[in-house]
Amino acid sequence: MSAARDPSMERSGWLRFAASGAPLVALILAAVVLAPWVAPYGEAQFVGGVWDPPSLAHWLGTDNLGRDMLTRLIFGARNTVTLAALATALAFTLGVSLGFFAAALGGWVDALVSRAIEILLSVPVLISALMVLSVLGNSLPVLIATIGLLESTRVYMLARAVARSIVVREFVAAARLRGEGLVWVLVREILPNALAPLAAEAGLRFSFIFLFVASLSFLGLGIQPPAADWGSMVRENAQAINFGLPAPLYPATAIALLTIAVNRVVDRYLAAESRP
Amino acid sequence: MPDRLPRGPGVTRLIAARAGMGLVTLVVISALLFFATDLLPGDVAAALLGPQATPEALATLRAGLHLGDPAGLRYVHWLLGVLHGDFGRSLATGRSVVTVLLPRFANTLALAGLAALVSVPLALGLGLAAAMRPGGRLDRLVSTLCLVTISVPEFFIGYLLILLFSVQLGWLPSLAVLNGGMSFAQRLGAVTLPVITLVLVVLAHMLRMTRAALLCVMAAPYIETALLKGLRRRTVVLRHALPNAAAPIIAVIALNLGYLVVGVVVVEVVFVYPGAGQLMVDAVGKRDLPLVQACGLAFAATYVVLNLLADIVAILVNPRLRAA
Amino acid sequence: MTAGPLLRIEGLSVHSATGVALVDGISLELARGEVLGLIGESGAGKSTIGLAALGFARGDCRITAGRILLDGLDLRLQSAEGLRRLRGRRVAYVAQSAAAAFNPALRLIDQICEGPVRHGLMSRHEAEARAIDNFRALGLPDPTRFGRRYAHQVSGGQLQRAMAIMAMSCGPDLLVLDEPTTALDVTTQIDVLAHLKTLIAGAGTAALYISHDLAVVAQIADRLLVLRHGKLVETGPTEEILARPQTAYARALVAERTGVALAQPAQKAAWSVRRQAPRPAMPVPANEAVAAGEAVPASILDVQGLAVRYGRQDALSDASFALAPGETLAVIGESGSGKTSLAYAVSGLVPAHAGRVSLGGIPLAPGYARRSREQLRRLQLVFQLPDVALNPRQRIASLVGRPAQFYRGMRGEALAQRVAELLGLVGLDPALAARWPGELSGGQKQRVCIARALAAEPDVLVCDEVTAALDPLIAEEILQLQRRLQEQLGLAYLFITHDLATVRRIAHRVLVLWRGRVVAQGPTAQVLGESEHSYVKQLCASEPQMRRGWLEETLAGRVDPTAAEPVQYPHAN
Repeated sequence: MSAARDPSMERSGWLRFAASGAPLVALILAAVVLAPWVAPYGEAQFVGGVWDPPSLAHWLGTDNLGRDMLTRLIFGARNTVTLAALATALAFTLGVSLGFFAAALGGWVDALVSRAIEILLSVPVLISALMVLSVLGNSLPVLIATIGLLESTRVYMLARAVARSIVVREFVAAARLRGEGLVWVLVREILPNALAPLAAEAGLRFSFIFLFVASLSFLGLGIQPPAADWGSMVRENAQAINFGLPAPLYPATAIALLTIAVNRVVDRYLAAESRP
Repeated sequence: MPDRLPRGPGVTRLIAARAGMGLVTLVVISALLFFATDLLPGDVAAALLGPQATPEALATLRAGLHLGDPAGLRYVHWLLGVLHGDFGRSLATGRSVVTVLLPRFANTLALAGLAALVSVPLALGLGLAAAMRPGGRLDRLVSTLCLVTISVPEFFIGYLLILLFSVQLGWLPSLAVLNGGMSFAQRLGAVTLPVITLVLVVLAHMLRMTRAALLCVMAAPYIETALLKGLRRRTVVLRHALPNAAAPIIAVIALNLGYLVVGVVVVEVVFVYPGAGQLMVDAVGKRDLPLVQACGLAFAATYVVLNLLADIVAILVNPRLRAA
Repeated sequence: MTAGPLLRIEGLSVHSATGVALVDGISLELARGEVLGLIGESGAGKSTIGLAALGFARGDCRITAGRILLDGLDLRLQSAEGLRRLRGRRVAYVAQSAAAAFNPALRLIDQICEGPVRHGLMSRHEAEARAIDNFRALGLPDPTRFGRRYAHQVSGGQLQRAMAIMAMSCGPDLLVLDEPTTALDVTTQIDVLAHLKTLIAGAGTAALYISHDLAVVAQIADRLLVLRHGKLVETGPTEEILARPQTAYARALVAERTGVALAQPAQKAAWSVRRQAPRPAMPVPANEAVAAGEAVPASILDVQGLAVRYGRQDALSDASFALAPGETLAVIGESGSGKTSLAYAVSGLVPAHAGRVSLGGIPLAPGYARRSREQLRRLQLVFQLPDVALNPRQRIASLVGRPAQFYRGMRGEALAQRVAELLGLVGLDPALAARWPGELSGGQKQRVCIARALAAEPDVLVCDEVTAALDPLIAEEILQLQRRLQEQLGLAYLFITHDLATVRRIAHRVLVLWRGRVVAQGPTAQVLGESEHSYVKQLCASEPQMRRGWLEETLAGRVDPTAAEPVQYPHAN
């Protein structure tokens, strides 16, 4: 499959870097890590009226309860991104280990595990998540575990496909014929060759999970108030739209920008990797 | 490995096998859905009624939910009920789940169906046009648009559209209110914004994958042969590339149609559309288990059936399974 | 129709997107009805020139300089529409792999008739009738219904003929044939070659025949053009180049094929292993153990009744043979003969369905998972494609050193020394140890594979078509290396191949496989010279010789020269 020529590659150096998404990702990461020190106000602090317009004191105005919008965005970055990152880490650890083992062992083990996971895959993540959350509630550990487990099935499919494409190459057979153990084959022969596609998938999976967390929160089933979260911020401020106020668009745009930025970074990485 | 594939009769066998697999999947999923809500840790009754519940209330609820019976028996009861069209009663309202769910699910399907009707031809057309001139202006424009719409959550697009068309321009209603007395045109007007939102979301996914599938096929050696025979580019794309891209494109469409069925949940909440998605979200919030189970099963079943159809069509369309 | 040559190329240069010159200043001329052979190794630019004759450059490559005059029309000055009208109609292309060139979703007849109909030359009905005539003329089975099949239902040789018919369907003036018989078995090749020759001669079409096999090109080309790295090396009438090659490179190509001493100033005697006398039947014992007079087992590898089955198909049945220490046993067969299954079953990569393999008298378990580490060490397998046999994410030092580390527990300084030693043994610069496989050439990678196998200090080396993917001259060097190593280390080789010339020069004994069965076995000269088995005779007869007219002789010598493929293989490719 040939990649389409990237139009932004033709622009000048600075613009290219800016358009690459890397600076935005860095910015968000900074917000995640430095939130308590960088935010102008407290996460749940009431500072003004409802939906005040932007001013020098409040760069993005206030939200539906009179809290500073910018502060809420910064803390929201921390909460949403952390949750998404942890869920991605869980999904990846599970999915990759299982996928690699299945691909390397082959035979009935592979068939059994793959069938089971295919069935799990038949239910969309949102539906499964809704079912589980309706019973277990939506505390943070439950959210991370649920999303992580459900998304690990998608990661499994990719990891298994990648591993299978590597396993058929003769150097793996050469290692096995030597008498190397399974773990050695997985870690020293397969994994180094799988890093590029796995890294790309990690980025993409994070952006999917991030969107998913935001959507869950938007539906009122994710991160609970008063903790700031971009998804629930959209819901809380939704009514402002009827008055022509852009309040819910701030967190919504933030979500969009981060997702686009992460996707761009992944695209650039893939393009660089595929060059010989 | 032999590369002769089964002839005609083998195709029937493949389809039967796939359909069987679909059936098994449905049964297993129904079990999973049932047990997921029923066997998860924690006392269901206590979870439903909260810590303030009296022991009598708990006991009544437990009896009402047949929580005392062994799990397998409860599942069988439930499954038999489902097959007879009885999903139990809603815990919140006491009404039969089926009577609540059916009209709402019909609304959801209507919404998703409209979105599909618009997005599929659009995705195919734009994907084909983009593949005819890869790297050309249309292609690049389409790619950029795709990237943007894929990356944004559905509610972003929804609220943006509301802000634009409803509040600023006042052309369309912001709430998709449907009631019995409305004319067809009024109904259409009410659902326009939700449909557009859904279309935008799904179109990007479909378009991206259609384009990728076509470009993949266009890189095949037999396409080069066709070009070297002096055929027009249009002929090559339509007559040579498209039949081979049909299978992956159909898979993409089915995948995204399934996604439509799910994406519709968020859109329904944004526009307060009276569909099954909105219903399920409310039910989850109220811990109304029978309703949650029924909605979950309905959505899951739709998804499974769509994937099954996609696989069957892919089998039928696969050139390597044809015989003279 | 202008007077003068049909095709004239002047100063053609083609560059890749990264600026590498694939073709550099090539000029050639082709008269009407003439066949010009473009000969060279991979990367010589022959396909690129062939495609340029259609005004086409593959992928990101660009034609950067020169004129391409087809009957007076400069292809580089034509518009896209103009080029489109010429392609298929005045000049046509036959690809190397017919299986890849046909659209799997359309019937053969639709693709064959498409050209003439869309170029407005004839109606569909006429085109079909002509196609069926051609099917019949080229000996395709069931001509009236053959076209209704799909590509995957037809064998390789048949598909290649269909491809030629498709190319000729518009009656072009020029046909570009890009290695059309390379992917075919030797016995199939001879038929397809004959048919191509008939087809071209019959229509008076000019042809550019591209190949790396001098003997094959010699059968069909009137003139030759030798290429190397995109540049012209030598050109002239075929007989001239075969008999009196002027440049060293051309001489090397000719000598590699004929193995005959040439009337030229003496070359280094050792540079062509094929020029050496055939191996004697009994190997001269070279290892110290025998020299010291110790008792040595009669055979180091003993195979009895080996059988391999995939699903319900028998890939190999009842194979029995013995391999003595320091001996080379070649296993020869075409595609579907079971030779790869044999190699894999002996090494345990694929578990044998039946039979027994013994190494040094000790029976081995059918699958490698059950064999002891020592057993695995003593029998090493070298694969065909060095690109996939080496982990691209490991440096040469780890690749070659790992067996020494794994089997002998060598570490640190001792290990590094051993790696340098091994690299030197296979004729590589020890400094290469720090490199990645991607930085090495095909020949170098294959040497690394051999070094890796040697690191285990094995008794038996199973070589699975190790020279098949390499250019003839590089393959030559690898064979020399193997022979030298055998003399030095007393290795026994089980050498899998499909090339008779290799067998003749490197093997003490040979085993011929056909459809999973052993049809002949014994000392090389005897089996290949005197066997009574019909398949063996046919195999030997199908090996193209360098003299013109061989093709016609061989076909005339057949009982039925117009017969379709002599043997039907289930996986004929």
